[in-house]
Amino acid sequence: MLMLAGLICGFVFGWGLLISGMMQPAKVLAFLDVFGAWDPSLLVVMIAALGVGSAGYAIARPRAPLFAARNMWPEKTTIDAPLILGATMFGVGWGLTGLCPGPAIENLATLSPRLVVFVAAMIACMALHSVWQRRVAAQQAMVTANVDG
Amino acid sequence: MANFTPLSAAIGGALIGLSAALLMLSTGRIAGISGIVGGLIGWNVPDRNWRIAFIVGLILAPLSGSLVGYAVAEPQMPASWTVIVIAGLLVGFGTRLGGGCTSGHGVCGVARLSPRSLVATTVFMAVAIVVVAITRHVLGG
Repeated sequence: MLMLAGLICGFVFGWGLLISGMMQPAKVLAFLDVFGAWDPSLLVVMIAALGVGSAGYAIARPRAPLFAARNMWPEKTTIDAPLILGATMFGVGWGLTGLCPGPAIENLATLSPRLVVFVAAMIACMALHSVWQRRVAAQQAMVTANVDG
Repeated sequence: MANFTPLSAAIGGALIGLSAALLMLSTGRIAGISGIVGGLIGWNVPDRNWRIAFIVGLILAPLSGSLVGYAVAEPQMPASWTVIVIAGLLVGFGTRLGGGCTSGHGVCGVARLSPRSLVATTVFMAVAIVVVAITRHVLGG
């Protein structure tokens, strides 16, 4: 059931990006180009998504999900350097291409070679990040073990 | 604002919000694409199946769209392969380091008024606007 829910939600999300025109990087760049021929469409997308999303979350918050034990709300609350640095790096890449992860993955359907290369680079760096994270976690575990020992 | 398409933007945005709400109501998960994809990387990852299903659904949407007359244009990308690769690397590492992208922070996080997501969304929006201003109006002239 978890898989079926994932499939349906991915499909609905994909249709949202498709209908709104946000699959097209040029349309995203036109929103980011506030000093040029500005296209506020992305702002409308965000407002509509936030309206429906926050109403849905208000319904979801007090109850357990249908197919899982509990709601997994993100637990981190600290505003730290990785958050700012990560958002900055993402902002540069987004501004250079008009592509963020959702539309990038969805655009794989077009088999555009430039896009496939973008997604390959994106996933390679996600993998690099998880290797680095695991190494940091292992080192911390060793330090803790030494202290305990 | 010649290209402004408020109606399709509102309908599409509502569907994105609906997807985020349905995913929480059914699976208890956040609909953040960088998290869903990033969580697939590695061996013995938990939750593999629904993540793959979500991505399959995401890619099926434009394919089904072309069946019902919703043509999907080939995405316009920068001419330079170097720029494409650098941007891909930055988006990949940055979204994982910062813990989210436009969907996870921008929609899901802001919808629940998470301070982290409000800060992240402000930062990546502002940075992207500056980058576009520089590439289009300073360098591109």
